[in-house]
Amino acid sequence: MQRTQRSLTARLLGPQNRNLWFWVFVGPFAIGLALFTYVPLAWSVYLSFFDAHNTVSPTHFVGLDNYLSMLGDSAFTSSLWTFVVFTLFIVPATYALALGLALAVNRLRFAQAFFRSVFFLPAACSYVVAALVWKLSIFNGVRFGLANTVLGWFGGDQTAWLSTTHPPWYWLVIVTVRLWLQAGFYMILFLAGLQRVPIQLYEAAAVDGARAGWQTFRHITFPALRATSVAVVLLLVINAFQAFDEFYNLLSDSRGYPPYARPPLVYLYYTALGQGQNLGLGSAGAVILALIVAVVTVAQARWFGLGRKEA
Amino acid sequence: MKSAQGPRGNEDALVRAGRALRLVLLIALAALFLIPFYLLLRNGLATEQDITSADWTFFPSELKWSNLRELFDDPAVPMAHALLNSTLIAVATTLGTLLLASLAGYGLARIPYRFANTVFYAILGTLMVPAAVTFVPTFVLVSSLGWVSSLRGLIVPTLFSAFACFVFRQYFLGFPKELEDAAHIDGLGHWRTYWRIVVPNSRPVFAAVGTIVFIGAWNAFLWPLVIGQDKDAWTVQVALSTFLTSQTVNIHELFVAAAVSIVPLLLVFVLLQRYIVAGVERSGIDD
Repeated sequence: MQRTQRSLTARLLGPQNRNLWFWVFVGPFAIGLALFTYVPLAWSVYLSFFDAHNTVSPTHFVGLDNYLSMLGDSAFTSSLWTFVVFTLFIVPATYALALGLALAVNRLRFAQAFFRSVFFLPAACSYVVAALVWKLSIFNGVRFGLANTVLGWFGGDQTAWLSTTHPPWYWLVIVTVRLWLQAGFYMILFLAGLQRVPIQLYEAAAVDGARAGWQTFRHITFPALRATSVAVVLLLVINAFQAFDEFYNLLSDSRGYPPYARPPLVYLYYTALGQGQNLGLGSAGAVILALIVAVVTVAQARWFGLGRKEA
Repeated sequence: MKSAQGPRGNEDALVRAGRALRLVLLIALAALFLIPFYLLLRNGLATEQDITSADWTFFPSELKWSNLRELFDDPAVPMAHALLNSTLIAVATTLGTLLLASLAGYGLARIPYRFANTVFYAILGTLMVPAAVTFVPTFVLVSSLGWVSSLRGLIVPTLFSAFACFVFRQYFLGFPKELEDAAHIDGLGHWRTYWRIVVPNSRPVFAAVGTIVFIGAWNAFLWPLVIGQDKDAWTVQVALSTFLTSQTVNIHELFVAAAVSIVPLLLVFVLLQRYIVAGVERSGIDD
């Protein structure tokens, strides 16, 4: 009896107590992560089948009702549409600007560090501060706003940027906030990618008569940046999906949030945590969004052939 | 560069013209990128009349440094308290994340264990679940712990960063094993080897992850908005946002508050930029 017990303990501890040491190092992190990611997710799935107003321990089981009313709610489906439109604006714009900046900065012979710092500096700003400058100063829609002042110099009309829905000028405000804030971050990623392109490729191309400029970019630089490009696009889409800060700060005011430009998280925020605190409905929404993220991520990974080894 | 077929001299002139054009374009873009910072200062140090004047002035008629005192003296705007909260949260989050994630990353990389890979993939899997999707469920958990409007509720749930753990694991996989072997021969166990040999020789990666986490924690908005419901638990971002969306404060006061809120980060950026760049490079490359 004594012997089996000791050997069981010994087996649990592993050779030289390795198992024990593994859990001493990894345990606190793993337990915390499980507690604050897996447990809430599981709880959320549970809540999504209940009528849970203002409570986290509901008793009224409603089956799939929350899911059905979520999917039947035109505000929810239109929030998904808002995400699609936002992605179509922000992903290509950020990708092109970040890559362009990286290419230009990379080939500078002096002041490279200066330009890199300037373009990267907006990443130090929060979305709240950026939204504040955009909403109250650049695009405030009155005469002393910067955009309207500049338009005025050229004889343009005054525009109420954030409240004009035809044409939807508010997209210009929303997209430029994120573009300004993020472009430098992705430029750094592209600069790191450019550093890893072997110089021999360019030498060989020059020997083969490829002209510097478009030809070299098209046939050498762009293909060599493939891994970075995939990472950048994945990050951009995932971040666009999580967009909340700039939408909330630009558009909500004392009267609440306008009925347009409402991305999924803003919708979820008002549903789950606004008046009534419908946590069952909010949880169903979180589950649906989690599934969409999973599907989109896997589809993108397939599309880009992630995991396929680079040649 | 289209007509590069021409004689040699022409081509050189074209290349030089292209280079000059690129430089001009870069300078124009750099100026454009700096405009928001300029506006923060301009409006933060101007009088209300200057800001709302119909004629645009590039510089306010006088620099009103007293706006700063006005901000901190205004009892309706708890800016000093919000700055204190943000500092406490950002420092605690950074230190806690570094400690937890580096230990876990080291264990995963260096201590042989049968289920190490399973544990690693369970951690990696949470990267697939955006934090924003879990905010409702995590709010449910945190509120049932009674942590709403407390610093605990603002800090503890954000301490377990799978991204930081991943970066540390990749780094420690490449750490020179000879150093650890020498320590083991000298009779040091895993724990003391880690603290005496590994950590002192890994300062750059700690600085890189630390700066990224600090910036993220200082600028975080959704979670502090959800959890910091009482005025006493407001972070700088929540305070700014509340006055921005309700518009109950003078414009110049709001701008000077925003300018003050980015000072700590600008300092971090200027002093630690090479670590931030290293951190960003590690964050995007998942090979």
